[in-house]
Amino acid sequence: MRFRFLTPVLAFAGIAVVMWYALFNLNPTEIPTELINKPAPEFALEPVPGYGPGLAQSDLATGKVVLLNVFASWCVACMAEHPFFMKLKAQDTVDIYGLNYKDTPDAAAQWLARHGNPYKRTGVDLKGRVGIDFGVYGVPETFVISPDGKILDKIIGPVSEDMFDARIRPLLNGAGS
Amino acid sequence: MTSIFRPLALALLLAPFIVLSAASVFIEEKLDDPAQEARAREISGEIRCLVCQNQSILDSNADLAKDLRQIVRERISLGDTDDQVRSYLVERYGDWVLLNPPFKMTTLFLWLGPAAIFLFGAFAMIVFLRNRSRSVEGESTARLSAKEEVEIEQLLKPDKPGKNS
Repeated sequence: MRFRFLTPVLAFAGIAVVMWYALFNLNPTEIPTELINKPAPEFALEPVPGYGPGLAQSDLATGKVVLLNVFASWCVACMAEHPFFMKLKAQDTVDIYGLNYKDTPDAAAQWLARHGNPYKRTGVDLKGRVGIDFGVYGVPETFVISPDGKILDKIIGPVSEDMFDARIRPLLNGAGS
Repeated sequence: MTSIFRPLALALLLAPFIVLSAASVFIEEKLDDPAQEARAREISGEIRCLVCQNQSILDSNADLAKDLRQIVRERISLGDTDDQVRSYLVERYGDWVLLNPPFKMTTLFLWLGPAAIFLFGAFAMIVFLRNRSRSVEGESTARLSAKEEVEIEQLLKPDKPGKNS
């Protein structure tokens, strides 16, 4: 009872801690995908001209964990993650498939010619409809796909090496072996 | 004459702006059936734009909002009910896409939290006020010592000037 006068201070401190956490640790622009553990939606797309056969739902069930990267030539953040994908390809860490989102095929081809092609297959989603089926709401987004073609996780925004080690590599080792 | 004419002219001048602002939703395509179009707008008004998060897709001019409006119109023209259109979007983007979140286990706190907090506050306040009024009564009847009683009596005496006057 002696310290009852501290009640409002403690109540305030409690609220402050919750808000502090929300301010720095919750990101309202990151909306987790609804599709976790669900099969990738059905689609079949033409390739970026000159960059491999097209991309369809069946191509994603490869028997190992693969990545599906949503990219566009107009997307600045895609350029930030691109060198890392090139490195992954060079090290043969994981197969990456490219979903070219709301782009023109020519611009996408030029972009890949200039920056390199990390993708095993590419698909051109001209109208963004496949993107919407995947729940894409911004570019880049990267889906981690299980050996049987289910969506394991989605990274929103550019993939960095740290993020890859934290969120993707465990999935590679776990489900891929 | 002029006193009637001037506000009238002003109203006439401003009228087009009022009409314009009422019609300033983004319309790329319109469904032929006005009833269907009205439904499409009503649903779009309740769908969150995922890019500019506190706008509905009806109000937003983001590219994605445009695509989603188109999808809403398409689903309606294909004969979907309002609920089917909404669940089509929820399957892809989650409950979050609805500006009006559904009532279910995971949103229980969201819906009932404010009422629960209010009731708790009301309860706490009632308890507090009751305790206080009881203790105030208790103090006023019991806590004065004999010495204090004498002091008060002296202070209340009308003809004797008080010490601190």
